[in-house]
Amino acid sequence: MRAGADDAFRRELTARGVTRRDFMGFCSGVAALLALPRSAVGQIADALATKPKPVLVWLEFQDCCGNSESFLRASKPTAADVILDLLSVDYHETIMAAAGHQAEAALEKAITDHKGQYIVVVEGSIPTGADGAYCTIGGKSALQIARTVCRDALAVISAGTCAAFGGLPAASPNPTGALSVGDAVPGIRTLINLPACPVNAENLTAVIAYFITFGKWPATDRLNRPLFAYGKTIHDNCERRAHFDAGQYVEQFGDAGHRIGYCLYKMGCKGPVTSQNCPNIRWNEGTNWPIGCGHPCIGCAEPAFWDKMTPFYAHLTGVPGFGTAADIDKIGLYATAGVAAAMTTHGLVQLGRKAYDKRKAAAAKPPEAKPTESKAVAAKAADEPADKPTAGGAS
Amino acid sequence: MTHIVVDPVTRIEGHLRIEAEVDGGVVKDAWSSSTMFRGIEIILQGRDPRDAWAFTQRICGVCTTVHAIASIRAVEDAIGAVPPPNARVLRNLIMAAQCVQDHVIHFYHLHALDWVDVVSALSADPAATATLAQSLSDWPESSPTYFAGVKARLKAFVDRGQLGPFGNAYWGHPAYRLPPEANLMAVAHYLAALEWQRDFIKLHAVLGGKNPHLQSFLVGGMATPVDPSSPAALNIHTIAVLQKLIAGARAFVSKVYIPDLLAVASFYKDWAGIGAGVGNYLVYGEYPLTDGANAPRYLPGGVIRGRDLSKVEPFAPEKITEQVTHSWYDYSGGDAAALHPSVGETRPHYTGPKPPYERLDTNAKYSWLKSPRYDGAPMEVGPLARMLVAYASGHAQVKGLVDGALAKLGVGPEALFSTLGRVAARGLETQLLVDKLGDWVDELAGNMDKGDLRIHDSDRWDPSSWPKDCAGAGFHEAPRGALGHWVHVKGGKIAGYQCVVPSTWNAGPRDGQQQPGPYEAALLGTPVADPEQPLEVLRTVHSFDPCMACGVHVVDPKGRELARVQVR
Repeated sequence: MRAGADDAFRRELTARGVTRRDFMGFCSGVAALLALPRSAVGQIADALATKPKPVLVWLEFQDCCGNSESFLRASKPTAADVILDLLSVDYHETIMAAAGHQAEAALEKAITDHKGQYIVVVEGSIPTGADGAYCTIGGKSALQIARTVCRDALAVISAGTCAAFGGLPAASPNPTGALSVGDAVPGIRTLINLPACPVNAENLTAVIAYFITFGKWPATDRLNRPLFAYGKTIHDNCERRAHFDAGQYVEQFGDAGHRIGYCLYKMGCKGPVTSQNCPNIRWNEGTNWPIGCGHPCIGCAEPAFWDKMTPFYAHLTGVPGFGTAADIDKIGLYATAGVAAAMTTHGLVQLGRKAYDKRKAAAAKPPEAKPTESKAVAAKAADEPADKPTAGGAS
Repeated sequence: MTHIVVDPVTRIEGHLRIEAEVDGGVVKDAWSSSTMFRGIEIILQGRDPRDAWAFTQRICGVCTTVHAIASIRAVEDAIGAVPPPNARVLRNLIMAAQCVQDHVIHFYHLHALDWVDVVSALSADPAATATLAQSLSDWPESSPTYFAGVKARLKAFVDRGQLGPFGNAYWGHPAYRLPPEANLMAVAHYLAALEWQRDFIKLHAVLGGKNPHLQSFLVGGMATPVDPSSPAALNIHTIAVLQKLIAGARAFVSKVYIPDLLAVASFYKDWAGIGAGVGNYLVYGEYPLTDGANAPRYLPGGVIRGRDLSKVEPFAPEKITEQVTHSWYDYSGGDAAALHPSVGETRPHYTGPKPPYERLDTNAKYSWLKSPRYDGAPMEVGPLARMLVAYASGHAQVKGLVDGALAKLGVGPEALFSTLGRVAARGLETQLLVDKLGDWVDELAGNMDKGDLRIHDSDRWDPSSWPKDCAGAGFHEAPRGALGHWVHVKGGKIAGYQCVVPSTWNAGPRDGQQQPGPYEAALLGTPVADPEQPLEVLRTVHSFDPCMACGVHVVDPKGRELARVQVR
């Protein structure tokens, strides 16, 4: 940090009751989350201390407010840090004091005075049915507002799966013709998608901190998702991965394996096909995450997950990497013993798993072993691939 | 006569529009309109009923537990699943923690700015503010240095010229009545509550994996394993973590929230005579203390009519109906019908003005909310209804809390039927529940000690164990009031689903008899000093804690409505 700025900023922080150690801790946390080198910590601190506050407007359309609530749970930085110190949040219906036409005037002023320079966060999908009457604010349709506000924005951040991919309102049969922000407003200069239901606040604030620090946006994949948060699957980094590899599965909620943290694959876990950094950063300041509390992942950060990941408790088919290489060989042998001809890949895995489980149970009996195979859910999943095609929009 | 429009109503969940006629500085007529629709119940058709809780949970991310709870209860009722005692206790903890956290956020972050002038806080004397705070409670963060720090942060914020979410508001409005020191104290606690809520809600992360949108619900129980000696389950360590979080919450509620509430209320006692509304109160009851369908509830259900606290009628689910006279839906048997949710039908049919529009035609249909009625009458639901029903039922703790607060403010029980009564009831309920939470943690620990580790009814998990055709209802007291889900399961799939939601009860439009809904009725007679700055309208509307995403719903068991939806 530059000496002058450092002194002035230190005084300001002290006045706010923030110690330098707290602040540098926050900057280190952001750097770690973004997988940046140690040298970036100073750069982040410098940028946060000295640059003018960028203007942010937060729009809510077909939403549940869950992403706003998630933002209130942010810890590094906190929502109060963002609102009071890092950004000028000029429009956010859930927290702003002004209402009615005073609120609309605040939005108008923000996008006029800072044309091309302001950041937009969008929460919720955008309905196109009934001439836009499925969502209006101040008498204007969500589509009219989104097009006006997003087109002149420096960047648009779609917070949550509804804004990023259409989410729940767009689930089959999509009764309101709901679209993601990217689909509803073509030509957005920079679009960052932060799917998950809701967005993990730490990912949202990290993107904002990255921008404030470097004046640009983090690298993204083909779905406009930042690589630092969506570059790996849940399964890649899951704390229960070793149990998957060892073939130790929960068979029933509340069974002995469930109590000691076995893999939730058979209960329908969608971790193998879901890209998100939940296992690393977890939720609520690292307190826990869904798999940590014993429930399978429902794939909430994926496009069309309400259609593609349901039924939630039916297990995925054909997940590669199950068992060890030696077991795969044995499965092959087992298969050739007579049933290979009619076997699909899925059937092979199923059968292999059964054999593997039997051996496993025999080798190391888990406490209070209670093998319950051929549950109806699993059987149904075999008939009905979980990856059924996404239903299209309403006619 | 001035026609005012407040749209968007901010500091609420969702999209709400209020139109009102103001004459002689008083609201003469008012209309409440919800302006967003998603059709979640249509989306549920044909899906696995065990998945429904996750769909309905997304109705709302503020009260992020309530539609999951109502959904699993409805499906359990339909298929005959019986959650074991640990699941009941875990649900009670999750539900009550939701209520506590939600109410505190409502008071400080959604409602306070109607009563607290942030700009006035800049002229407060930090030492005098400290004296005021210390006279109210022994909360440790009350030194002159602390308040000077808050004031400095606020001043630095204002001096930068970017007021952000505090810009363009009604600061200096004549209806603001707190002295600068009370305003500074409230601003300090606005920030403190922002920190507190983040910490307390870790209780939900412990029990549900994350918040918002906890992920440990299951039809037939809960997904969180219980085992005192397993690191992968709720264990002895978890018990200690929960007790610590609850102790922190008790301290904040009893030493910050309740003293602030009473202090602010003492400056606005005239609001105990404003905003009464329909005067009928409906409560389903909540927090089962034992297992089984007829278990006693910690907060009793019941109905109070015409503000008569001498009589509490038992709640009868069959008396609930919904009308669409002023709602953007059609009924096949004509719009005059009043249908029970189990046979409800809805065909969305937007007939309002094409956006962008200036005015709604309030003589015609004007909202995406229906008009729920109980025995034909509009009902207010929520914390005030719950506290009144418990009070009138002789609930000892509630009686103590309510009588204590009334005595402190020097007003009688009739003051409860008001805007201020709603604000006070929400605070008292928070105190009641934060005091109760620890008992359920003890019960969980006791079950562990006895070796009862059951969390789920596995016998009814497999759809082959269900009746071919069955229906059920799930009732819940959400933070904002009485919530019901109705489900019809046929061949293992959802054949019909319906929610009747607190904000539908409170924010719904007029019915076929032109009876106004609770918001509309409560706004009548509300003073408005300046129609350009209708701060007073916001006070009464916010006192209900609107949650509009919850309120809007639609269902049709036959799926007929799709033919009527015009989607481009």
